[in-house]
Parts: sequence; structure tokens; C-alpha cells
Amino acid sequence: MLEVDRLSIHFGEVEVFKDLSFHVARRSSLAVIGPNGAGKTVLFQALIGSVPFEGTIRWAPDVRIGYVPQKLDLDRDVPITATDFLRARSTSTRGADAGISHMLELVGISKEASHKSIGLLSGGQFQRLLVAFALLGNPSVLLLDEPTAGVDQPGQKRLNELVGHLEEEKGVSVLFISHDLSVVYRDSTNVLCLGGRHAYVGPPRKILTPDRLSEIYGSTVDYHVHDH
Amino acid sequence: MTIENLLLSITMAVAAGLVGSFAVMRRMALAADPMSHVALPGIGVALALHINPLIGAVAMLLFGALLVWAMEGKARLGTEALIGVLFSTALALGSLMTSGEELIDALFGGAGVLSWPEIWFGLVASSAVIAFIITQRNRLVVMLVSPDVARTAGIDVRRLDLLYLETFALTIALGLRFLGVLLMGALIIIPAATAKRLARNLTEMLVLAASLAVVATLAGTWLASWFHRETGPFIVIVAAACFLLSFLRR
Repeated sequence: MLEVDRLSIHFGEVEVFKDLSFHVARRSSLAVIGPNGAGKTVLFQALIGSVPFEGTIRWAPDVRIGYVPQKLDLDRDVPITATDFLRARSTSTRGADAGISHMLELVGISKEASHKSIGLLSGGQFQRLLVAFALLGNPSVLLLDEPTAGVDQPGQKRLNELVGHLEEEKGVSVLFISHDLSVVYRDSTNVLCLGGRHAYVGPPRKILTPDRLSEIYGSTVDYHVHDH
Repeated sequence: MTIENLLLSITMAVAAGLVGSFAVMRRMALAADPMSHVALPGIGVALALHINPLIGAVAMLLFGALLVWAMEGKARLGTEALIGVLFSTALALGSLMTSGEELIDALFGGAGVLSWPEIWFGLVASSAVIAFIITQRNRLVVMLVSPDVARTAGIDVRRLDLLYLETFALTIALGLRFLGVLLMGALIIIPAATAKRLARNLTEMLVLAASLAVVATLAGTWLASWFHRETGPFIVIVAAACFLLSFLRR
């Protein structure tokens, strides 16, 4: 579904990463981990074509991408409501007119919150709104940039369940950035680890070893493994 | 006021209110002012070539918007910084090329009767501006929230950004023979800023901004004829008074 070959990105003199190669199969999930500044978000931006890069990024031709960025910087008093924002999605492209109120319910945004300015939504509510926006496009792959950062525990659970449901029922592939290694261990088919001397790709069991993690993060990292 | 002038005033005001709504939400409110300066070298060139100054101003404004757009893609600077640099330079060039009186006319609106071609240009251009904002409002909203998200929703962000900047430039050009490019900047921004304070959603924002711009234009024109003075300053004063009144609301 996605082939990345010898991908290099630099901003002026600063090299973000070099010669990165990996692929993602359909109906699988890839977790992207690494310390702050390793280029995780930049990688996602390259995948959606919003930053210049060298190398090749090849998506399967029928792929529809849903992208959920990290918390955005918005005016608190911008007069755009959650409903306005979702309505913009359902009419700005054809064939994506799933019910907005159904979608709000699905991601757990109350009716009251849906009529508030999006600048007044909490971090977690806004994150869920972005997920709803992505889902309205009926995506075949989701790119989630720290989707649960700033989301409360019930909200995280709800989002994780929703994404899990989409993966299982609709065969949606998921690429996600996370700092929560327990989640990565539990939920991902493969892990891409940025920020070390090399980028490592492979199943969590092979990648999330203490030695490798301390190489990448520069200190020991604790996480819980739930073996089933 | 003749019927065609009244119609022109209303469509221009609606165009200004609508374009301004997105300018204010995009946080490029301050851009209207320097952007209006770029008209000046165009007017200078047009006068030297003995063609209608409006043509020179429109050409220069559209070119200016293109330049800002092209540099946005290259330089890692905000739109506002770019507009500031480019258009203050344009003001310097323009003031060298135009006489004091022409300069004042261009900035604050000149006296004189509008010619038919000018009226037609005004009507057609403001209708085009209104149509653009109304049909593209959803795409503009998504781009405003996040260009990256817009891109994945199938929106050609760079193209839409260019079209918006050109629409913005065209709206300023509309003001040249009407209330002056400088005061046109004010008519774009002030009603929209007022609407942003009062509106609770996008539709309210657009309707309020357009209505306030129309009210300011009509009331300002009426006041100006009452006091036998230029219309431009009165329009802006009424718009500003509405803005101040909006603070009573909350």
C-alpha cells in the first residue's frame, strides 16, 4: 500500500533524516516512535506531500488518506464551529456525505460542544474533531500524529476502540506516531524507530528491545508489555 | 446618488465584507494596508503611459499578490512579513512616480464622476469576488484550520491560496476610484473584525461582515453628502463606530 524508498528530508542545512526506506502492507499498522525532534511529524508531512523531499514515496493508487495532525494553533474566538468544520469536509469533496451528527456522536463530541467555536474546544475535543473530519473522507489509511495526546482516559479508550474497529471492520490501515510504548507494543504490526544512528523497522518484539531503545532515546525507557 | 452608483457601492461593500472575513480569520488583517500601497507604482506607470490609472493599479495589485504567493512557497517567512517588505518598497517607488495630489486621490479616494467602464469593472469584479468567497468558503475554512488536513481532503492548497490572495488584491483595487485603496483596506478589515466579535458560526460571520460593510458604506455616503465632504473617511468612521459598539455586546 505504501512504499518509501531512500527518503531524505532537509530544511536548508539541517538534515531531518536520510535514506529512510520502509513499506506498509494493507490492513496493517505502523507505529512511528522516536525522541522529540527525530522527524516523526515531518515524515507524515512528507507522506501527504506537504514538505519537499528526495527519494520516492509511492501510495497505492486507490488510497484515500485521512490525516490527523497534532494540536493546531487556532484563534480562540474564530467563529467556526465543529459543525461548520465537518460540513466543510462533506461538501468540499464529493461522495463523503456521511451524517455529521452521527460522526460527532461516534467520536464523542457533545451537541453543545459541536456549536462552540473550534478555538474553544479542549485539546482532547479538538483532537476528536480532527479524527471525525478524517473519517468523513472514508479513508483507507489513517495517519495519526499522537492522536491521544491531551485526551483524557475515557477519550483515549474511545479513540483506541474506534480506530481498532476501523482496522478490523473496514480494513483501514493505520500509521500512528506515539510516545506510549505500551500502546505501540500492543497495537502495531510494525514499528519504525527514528532518531538513532539508523532507522529501524520491524515487529515490536524485535524493535522495542532495551538496548535499542536506550540507543535511540539516550536513556533507559520503561514500558509495560501485556502478553496475551 | 445614482442607481448604478448605489448598486456599485453595495456590491463592493459585500465583496469587502466577505473577503475581509477570511482575511481576519487567517490573521492577515494587517496585510490589507501595505497591500494597498502596491497600487501606487501601477498608477504612476499608467499615468506616464496615458492610460486609465485603474488599469495600472489592478495589474500591479494582481502582480503583487502573485509575488507574495510565490515567495510564501520559497521563503520561510509569514505572509505578513513578506507583504510588509514588498509593499513598503512599492510605496516608496509609487511616491517617486506619482504627484502628491494623485497620491492622495489614490489613497483616500478621489473626487469626480465614475465613467461607465469603471462602473462595469466595479460591478463585474465585485460580483466575481462575492461568487468566489461563497463557492469556496468550505475549502477556505479547511485550509484556514490546517493546510495539511486540507491537502489530504483533496484541496489544492497552493492554488486556493493564490486565488484567495488575488481576490483580496482585486477587492482592494475596487476601492481605488471608490473610497481610495487605503480606506478600502479599512472597509475590508473593520466590518469583518466586528463580525468576528459577534458571530457564533461561519454563516453569521459572513452575513454580519457583509451587512456591516453595506451599512457603513450607505451611512457613510449619506453623512458625507450631508457634510459636503469626501465619502471614504465617513465610511471608515461609521465602520469603526460599529466596531466600538460591538464591545457593548460582550
